[in-house]
Amino acid sequence: MPDTPVVPPANPALTAPLVEFRDVTFSYPASAGDRIILRKVNFSVPRGKVTALMGASGGGKTTVLRLIGGQQKANSGQVLFDGKNVAQMTQAGLYAARRRMGMLFQFGALFTDLSVFDNVAFPLREHTQLDDALVRDIVLMKLNAVGLRGARDLMPSEVSGGMARRVALARAMVLDPELIMYDEPFAGLDPISLGTAAQLIRQLNDTLGITSIVVSHDLEETFRIADQVIILANGGIAAQGTPDEVRHSTDPLVHQFVNALSEGPVKFHYPGPNVADDFGNQAPGRGGRS
Amino acid sequence: MSGHRYSPARLLSGLGFAVRSQLDALGYATRLFGRLLAMSGPALGRFGLVRDQIFFLGNYSLAIISVSGLFVGFVLGLQGYYTLQRYGSSEALGLLVALSLVRELGPVVTALLFAGRAGTALTAEIGLMKAGEQLSAMEMMAVDPVKRVLAPRFWGGIIAMPLLAAVFSAVGIIGGWVVGVVMIGVDAGSFWSQMQSGVDVWRDVGNGIVKSFVFGVTVTFVALYQGFEAQPTPEGVSRATTRTVVVASLAVLGLDFLLTTLMFSV
Repeated sequence: MPDTPVVPPANPALTAPLVEFRDVTFSYPASAGDRIILRKVNFSVPRGKVTALMGASGGGKTTVLRLIGGQQKANSGQVLFDGKNVAQMTQAGLYAARRRMGMLFQFGALFTDLSVFDNVAFPLREHTQLDDALVRDIVLMKLNAVGLRGARDLMPSEVSGGMARRVALARAMVLDPELIMYDEPFAGLDPISLGTAAQLIRQLNDTLGITSIVVSHDLEETFRIADQVIILANGGIAAQGTPDEVRHSTDPLVHQFVNALSEGPVKFHYPGPNVADDFGNQAPGRGGRS
Repeated sequence: MSGHRYSPARLLSGLGFAVRSQLDALGYATRLFGRLLAMSGPALGRFGLVRDQIFFLGNYSLAIISVSGLFVGFVLGLQGYYTLQRYGSSEALGLLVALSLVRELGPVVTALLFAGRAGTALTAEIGLMKAGEQLSAMEMMAVDPVKRVLAPRFWGGIIAMPLLAAVFSAVGIIGGWVVGVVMIGVDAGSFWSQMQSGVDVWRDVGNGIVKSFVFGVTVTFVALYQGFEAQPTPEGVSRATTRTVVVASLAVLGLDFLLTTLMFSV
């Protein structure tokens, strides 16, 4: 045995980002007003890290997740998952890629006609031929990881919002995905559940070696667990970097966002006629309801 | 700008848009129907899922189907006796009741009730699954909702509908017997023997089964399509449920006329 350990050359397939956006432009079809959601956006999600996507509501965060999952297709540009363009995959290829992803929907999206146990078992039963005993063991292990092994027999209508999301998390990771996407995992949670959820995301990421993308509004919790933060605004990326870098950004928009200020580049008021036209400076009896 | 609110150009473009969106919906529905047919093999392969739907759609509709069948039979017995006794042929009551039910009323009324009872349940269920992002979640798990959710329900409806129509007709005949034989006093022997000799297995019963099968496909597909295409909001699901009843009922009545015409000469 040589004294110095042999360091294998870095495998490019393992160091390349798991998800990459290249000049991605996206807008919803005409019926939704033709608003451009993303405009030539570039970023990458490194493997094994927690990447947080932040930004104002309607800023395209959830759209990014849908583009990665292939539920929406970009108008132009490329969305790469493990080096392959998601938009050009065949149905079979897309489904194969999706089996390597887990997605946690905002309100859990549990199947309301199945119990907690059957919800978590669902992907296993659809995609594998495992026998019942093995399915049971795997499901209980995953439920144990989210602290809900005892809730296996409850129906989705009997669990709280925070529990539903943990069940959904167990379901999202039951096939041991490489990537888990969390859509607003903290929205509407009480402080205890919120802290638990944040810890769980970090812990799962580190112990299982998966890659995580967290879409969130919650500054404190998200900055605490993220390795990389991307702030989306006005169809582009306003800031990108470690939580500390973003926190100390001098960009006025990012400054407004991370300090939760109501005044700044993002306006409180929806665009409309000015105040004087609506409320004052009119002769009595004029105007009125239209 | 086309200017005025009711300018001809505007009306024309509105008409064009309406026609195009109707064609679009028709094309989409046709493609969905094709996909459902293509998924039939895998869906029937997992028969447990289909069985659950037969239970859900069929069993829960049994009460309303049986009660309606009974009362339709009662009325047929009364009205049939009223007409037949004018010509002194009230012993043909059994034949009249059986033929009306098996050829016409069984399939049609069952399909209308099925649209109201099971069709609305299907539309609301699928619409709410969509609203709750359950269908999206399923897609993200690499499970095709058309295959896993729609196809078993489609086949459940197709299998349940002819069975329900058969129950309806059978209960209806009992109803006709109760009124005609037990209450009015038509001769029981001629009631049954006329029915036995006059109803043909292929021409009458067979046609009725074909009809109920076609109606089963129609009602179930309309219900599934409306649920799958519903706007994922409370208002959207409510509209889709209403559309299921309206579209399915009209389709059943229209198809019934078409099928009866085709079968008339046979």
